[in-house]
Amino acid sequence: MIVLGILLLLVGFWKLQIVQAGHFSDLARKNRIRTIPIIAPRGKILDRDGRVLVDNYPSFSILLLRDDPAQIKKDLPEITSGLDVTARDLEEQLKVARNEPKFQPLVIKEVASDADLAFVEAHRMDLPELELMLVQRRRYPPDDFLSPVVGYVGEVSPEQLAQSGGKRYKPGDIVGKAGLEREYNDILTGTDGMRRMIVNSTGKPVRTLDDMEPIPGKPIQLTIDADLQHVAEQELAGKTGAIVAWNPQNGEILAMASRPAFDPNDFAVRISAKEWNALNTDPEKPMLNRAIQAQLAPGSVFKIIESVGMLESGVPPANFHVFCPGYGVFYGQIRHDWNPKGHGEVDLHKAIAESCDVFFYNVGMQMGIDRISYYAKALGLGKATGIDLPGEEPGLVPSSAWVERVYHHPWYPGSTISLAIGQGPIEVTPMQLLRSVSGIAMGGVFYQPHLLKDLQPKVVKFPIPKSIVEEVTGGMYGVVNEPGGTGVFADEVLKQDHLQKIDFCGKTGTAQTISAEALLRLSAAERKHYRYDTWFVGFAPQHDPEIAVVVLVQGSALEAGGVAAPIAARVVAAYYQKKMGQPIQELEAQKLPQKKSPGMPQGKAAPAASNQ
Amino acid sequence: MSERRSAFQLDWWLLAMVMVICAISLLEIYSSTHNSSLHGMQWKQLIWIGIGFAGMLAVSRVDYGTLLDQSPLLYVLSVGALGVALVAGSKHFGARRWIEIWGLNLQVSELVKLIIIIVLARYFSEVRTDRLTLGDLIKTGLLVGVPAGLILLQPDLGTALMLVPIAAVGAFLAGINWRHAAGVLALGAILAVVGWNGHFLKPYQKQRLATFINPEESPRGAGYQILQSEIAVGSGGFWGMGFGKGSQNQLGFVPVRYSDFILAALAEEQGFFGVLIMLLLYLALLLRLIDNAQKAKDRAGMYLVMGVAAIFAFQVLVNAGMVIGYMPVTGIPLPFMSYGGSSTIFGFLALGLVMNVRAKRFVN
Repeated sequence: MIVLGILLLLVGFWKLQIVQAGHFSDLARKNRIRTIPIIAPRGKILDRDGRVLVDNYPSFSILLLRDDPAQIKKDLPEITSGLDVTARDLEEQLKVARNEPKFQPLVIKEVASDADLAFVEAHRMDLPELELMLVQRRRYPPDDFLSPVVGYVGEVSPEQLAQSGGKRYKPGDIVGKAGLEREYNDILTGTDGMRRMIVNSTGKPVRTLDDMEPIPGKPIQLTIDADLQHVAEQELAGKTGAIVAWNPQNGEILAMASRPAFDPNDFAVRISAKEWNALNTDPEKPMLNRAIQAQLAPGSVFKIIESVGMLESGVPPANFHVFCPGYGVFYGQIRHDWNPKGHGEVDLHKAIAESCDVFFYNVGMQMGIDRISYYAKALGLGKATGIDLPGEEPGLVPSSAWVERVYHHPWYPGSTISLAIGQGPIEVTPMQLLRSVSGIAMGGVFYQPHLLKDLQPKVVKFPIPKSIVEEVTGGMYGVVNEPGGTGVFADEVLKQDHLQKIDFCGKTGTAQTISAEALLRLSAAERKHYRYDTWFVGFAPQHDPEIAVVVLVQGSALEAGGVAAPIAARVVAAYYQKKMGQPIQELEAQKLPQKKSPGMPQGKAAPAASNQ
Repeated sequence: MSERRSAFQLDWWLLAMVMVICAISLLEIYSSTHNSSLHGMQWKQLIWIGIGFAGMLAVSRVDYGTLLDQSPLLYVLSVGALGVALVAGSKHFGARRWIEIWGLNLQVSELVKLIIIIVLARYFSEVRTDRLTLGDLIKTGLLVGVPAGLILLQPDLGTALMLVPIAAVGAFLAGINWRHAAGVLALGAILAVVGWNGHFLKPYQKQRLATFINPEESPRGAGYQILQSEIAVGSGGFWGMGFGKGSQNQLGFVPVRYSDFILAALAEEQGFFGVLIMLLLYLALLLRLIDNAQKAKDRAGMYLVMGVAAIFAFQVLVNAGMVIGYMPVTGIPLPFMSYGGSSTIFGFLALGLVMNVRAKRFVN
């Protein structure tokens, strides 16, 4: 049988090598199949109304065909001068690519200028190793619109190449590197096609073989509302911070802004090492999506989480009240209220509305670190929200066990007093805080935030009795709508008649970025330049909210009520204006710049932030 | 005393043939890689040959009776190792085939082939009847089926298929009822159809098999490989283009020209004449193995050697067939020719088994 098999094989080889030898050696001689890839366009990115946010535009790249190394060597000077590339770069590229099969061409110029195109066309005969390739480049919206969310594309990294085992990607492929471009790369990426032609020994195409058409990538539709996004970004212009607006009833993100940001169009071709380093070492961290990557102390917004914990556990009881003289003594230390005049007799409602620190110092002391920690975690802090974006930070909720594990000393009870007003070793992201507060307003239903319209969000439930929700959101209603509330600036915005009935609720927060002690050590001049992280988390209406917004302004000179609250209110106003089919005033104002809405402290904070 | 005797009991003829094949392999690996970034690969292959040779000497000195006695344990270990490779193995080229030990990536399934030879040799040698009963056949199927299934999951169709000829040759020698044989063939056909239509084959495996039937259809993928391989072979003519002068080979048109398609590279550069010499060498090698099998002192020894012969024969037929488009591209290497650590070491270890059986042929 073996003999038979071997004989059969020999017959096969005989047929190929002797009988058809002429045919095959012809093919071999002609076997300079030139393969020019046809790059598949990436899928578009659309907003919730189907408006195009990110699309593509055609452009040409110049390819160097590497099947004849001798020819390339000979023509190198002419190519380098004609295309204005350095010989060293080109030789380096050839060296790197020597692993690849010779029939895979090399991209030597990403974006060909008109002069380059003319050069290649004019030298078709004497420089046959040059070829043009039509590529589809990413076009991102101007003014860094949505850029921290959308991310950017770039050439596939050696690590990704190794991981794909040579199957998924090939060198030079463009893939999503950050944000949605990365998260949904598999959907957005198409399959490249190719044009194949047989060329003769002079490099002239003899005939073309069947083209393989590229398969374009699929589009994705986002939950983002481009109008609301514009408003959010406008509000952050010149500031450092983030805004997220979402629908707490289904987890759809309507707007997500982070500033300062970057222009992804810079990455669409190929970014120079210098630009890249500049972006990454910029102290303002423009590459950060602050909505999910800034981990900061929540300040007084944390009082909402604490209030739920207090009412749920009954420690202290719901009717607990204190007299606030503007300070309190805890564990032998004087702790000041933000309002040195004090708040007088304070119950939970007033404590939330006026953000009384002394009340919550007492609540925190009675609850103790581990009870606070339990509720903070149960209400969604200290872990990633699961949003469909890469690189989300988890934040941090401290506990006595955590301190012992990390610092090898017991929890200092004094730290609980700081934690009680959202200071100290607690870190949240804006997205986390928004989800947590919205979830409380929803009676303990926490949706997974998402940007892809089709995503089925996961839901976490931690049922909170209706009476507790009523009590806490009632306090938050007071923040915005009652005299003495810390967020009444927001109310100014909503005074316009058609917005009066929306029941906007919220909570301010002002977090010191250094400890109170360190603040005291600063000289008077230094203290004048000291800046706060200001927060506002709000939603509307009070019952079953349909819109919730978080605003973070970092390095703000003003306290939260003055900066963050009106911004949140304007975003919510825009939401309702759009919902009611009215023109969005803020966008209208943009079209007619001389028309400025009165009474906004926005202009005051702007110059300070850009130059911290 | 027996130590010294067995050293001289090596089958020198067999060894000489293998060494000639290895030498040709080194030359051809050099020729097809020296002017690319992979240059120097022949030295790596030389190291594999050295390690394999040492392994062969080691295996040839352990009494194969001991190996047969331990076969249940070896079997359990190998199935376990396949499981581990599947769960924890590192992914190379998209398939989980390797376990990393001491920085070396070992393809577990190669070792498993060897163990299956031993296990089946013991199993068939213990069958006391003239003909295999249906129960025997089912047991054989299970013995081979479990590891083959695990290898298939990796996914490595080629290696999984390599276990089949060991069982087939063994069953044939142990005496198989022709009705049963027909039944097994029919079952195989049904499995093939189910496997094709079910979701057991990975898309790339299906594509490879599909293009085997019609290579012109997708000139870029697997069909491209076969076509380029055929062009290389065909343009070699009778005397070949000469060492280091095959344009298909040198320009990198032939896929993995230093490993699975090394015969195509050889065919282009050494022509039909070179192929003839190669295939005759393999024929001699296989006949020599069969001769060794006939001289074995017991049935178990005979099955061991025939198992080795079955695998080698299968590899030669399928690999050479693939190069000229008679067989699908399944990634089966040519023994002692294709570059590769695991397969080279396997070849030598298998040779060690044969030497072992031969050394005991006069011992009673």
